[in-house]
Amino acid sequence: MRDAMNKYVAPGEFPSYLDQSAAVRARFERLKKREVILKVDHLSKVFTTGKGETLALNDISFETHRREFLCVVGPSGCGKSTLVRILAGLEEHTSGEVLLQGKPVTEPGSDRGMVFQGYTLFPWLTVKKNVMFGLEVNGRSKYEAERDALQWLQLIGLEKFADSYPHQLSGGMKQRVAIVRALANQPRILLMDEPFGALDAQTRARMQAHLLEIWRKIDITIVFITHDLDEAIFLADRILVLSAHPGEVQELIEVPVPHPRSAAQFISPEFLATKARLEELIHQGKADDDEDADTYQMVARLTDVTDSVD
Amino acid sequence: MKRKGWFQVLRPLSPRARLAFGTLSFVLPIVIWCIVSYVPAVWHPQMLITDPGSIDYLQVGMRMNKAAFAEAVAEAESEHKDPPKGVSSNPIYLPAPHEVATALYTAFVTPSPTKDSPWLHQSLWHSMQVIFWGFVISSIFGVPLGILCGTYAAFARLNEPFIEFFRYLPAPAFGALAVAILGIYDGPKITIIVIGTFFQQVLIIANTTRKLDGGLVEAALTLGTKKLALLTRVVIPGILPDLYRDQRILLGWAWTYLIVAELIGTTSGITWFITQQARYQHFANVYAAIMMIGFIGLGTDMVLALIGRRLFPWDRTLTKNA
Repeated sequence: MRDAMNKYVAPGEFPSYLDQSAAVRARFERLKKREVILKVDHLSKVFTTGKGETLALNDISFETHRREFLCVVGPSGCGKSTLVRILAGLEEHTSGEVLLQGKPVTEPGSDRGMVFQGYTLFPWLTVKKNVMFGLEVNGRSKYEAERDALQWLQLIGLEKFADSYPHQLSGGMKQRVAIVRALANQPRILLMDEPFGALDAQTRARMQAHLLEIWRKIDITIVFITHDLDEAIFLADRILVLSAHPGEVQELIEVPVPHPRSAAQFISPEFLATKARLEELIHQGKADDDEDADTYQMVARLTDVTDSVD
Repeated sequence: MKRKGWFQVLRPLSPRARLAFGTLSFVLPIVIWCIVSYVPAVWHPQMLITDPGSIDYLQVGMRMNKAAFAEAVAEAESEHKDPPKGVSSNPIYLPAPHEVATALYTAFVTPSPTKDSPWLHQSLWHSMQVIFWGFVISSIFGVPLGILCGTYAAFARLNEPFIEFFRYLPAPAFGALAVAILGIYDGPKITIIVIGTFFQQVLIIANTTRKLDGGLVEAALTLGTKKLALLTRVVIPGILPDLYRDQRILLGWAWTYLIVAELIGTTSGITWFITQQARYQHFANVYAAIMMIGFIGLGTDMVLALIGRRLFPWDRTLTKNA
């Protein structure tokens, strides 16, 4: 699959991922003129374990602007989950700074919403009460919270399930509820840690389109962690590519695929060029790093030579 | 692979098979008891004398070993006198099912042999009150402490090492002490049940609390939940179904301490009934009383399970297995 891709996007055949159409360039200019919501400045994280110290994140710096959709990709072990957990305030950083609208982040707060891969809906609350949770703990009256919650559920088309319990919903529905539960607090930024990783391919595609739709309609900045490159290109304005051991910024890619996004763009030249670049960044130096890379060649043939599947 | 039949690993049974096996689990022991009681060839090591014949040391209703009985018969026959007659029977400590069933009924409808002493149902009621108060007092302190230990590591470290030590001290060992402090009536009995339950309760509930999905706490934190609300709005509701299950198990535990507790000070409640009846060798009554405890225990647990299903409609573990 990867070989096939490389063949089709050989240099010269397609525009570089750096080439942007006039519309895309204008859009990025508008984006960068918006205020900076999140500023990560020389952020480092050292884990201290029994065996000693491990540098998980090294000198990470980037900025996101209001209403930007930023995806973070990188090979496994690059610390992308650690990064988003630091942004959420669930984990402490060792040095550097995280500034949300100029204020340093030290602990979790309702100005940053988070969606986890494992849904984490409260199983003892109905769908509606799950959405009301954040509003109520932040001091809103029950009446207001309920009114808001129902509006949010309407936005994602789940108002019929307001009184159902989470276990009665499908995975995709659960994740939609988790997204609006985080959004109901009207955070400045929505952090998403591989939110669609547990969903099947079809549901995942639908959820991606759904998320873009929500993002277009409300004033929200999204930082989205994923290991799925197609997902990153399809969703993101810009993609932050991390390298592993230690996690460092390799490149901040401006995705040249125009908006609004649609599934048809998966085979557009811009899309393929971006994907080729991402593959190059992520898989470089992987040969000596990845234990799984060469194992398939070590498998001996256990069938008759005439009994071939090729 | 075919996945039908009775012996499938981690597979639920069909409703019919469930009912059948559930009934069998009670029927089988009763059947075994019946066979031992009514089929002479199985055990029946003794003879119950129905007619002493010419042997003067025998009386109607006496039981003796078969060998001794055979000797007595041989002795009478050798002297050409009336041989004693009897039917083969089990020892007095194993009454037949119908005898226990009759005892179960008559124990409720006959007044106790001595004046002023309580009827069976009064004894039972007294026992249940002792259990109830013991369990309530233990829970008032044990449940909150357990939750706090499970939630905050500092609490756990401060309490659990000592509790781990204390739970090995057998509750009945405190009997004499409890009597000296609290007198001879219900005070020391309740104390024994509290001591027997409380320390286990704290440790079990602390463990249950620690098993709460940390993701839920993190989700609540990112929604802006602050310290105390985290405990009251996430930890406690999150563990409630498991906490309820723990309490059901612990209530069973409390029952096991009842008999010892009731022997302390003045013997009371169902234990008084059991020891009295055993003294007069009314073993049918003893079995009846023991079974009564079983019925009450199982009955309360089934009612509590039913209530639990109503209280926690979101709880998935209740419908799994069991």
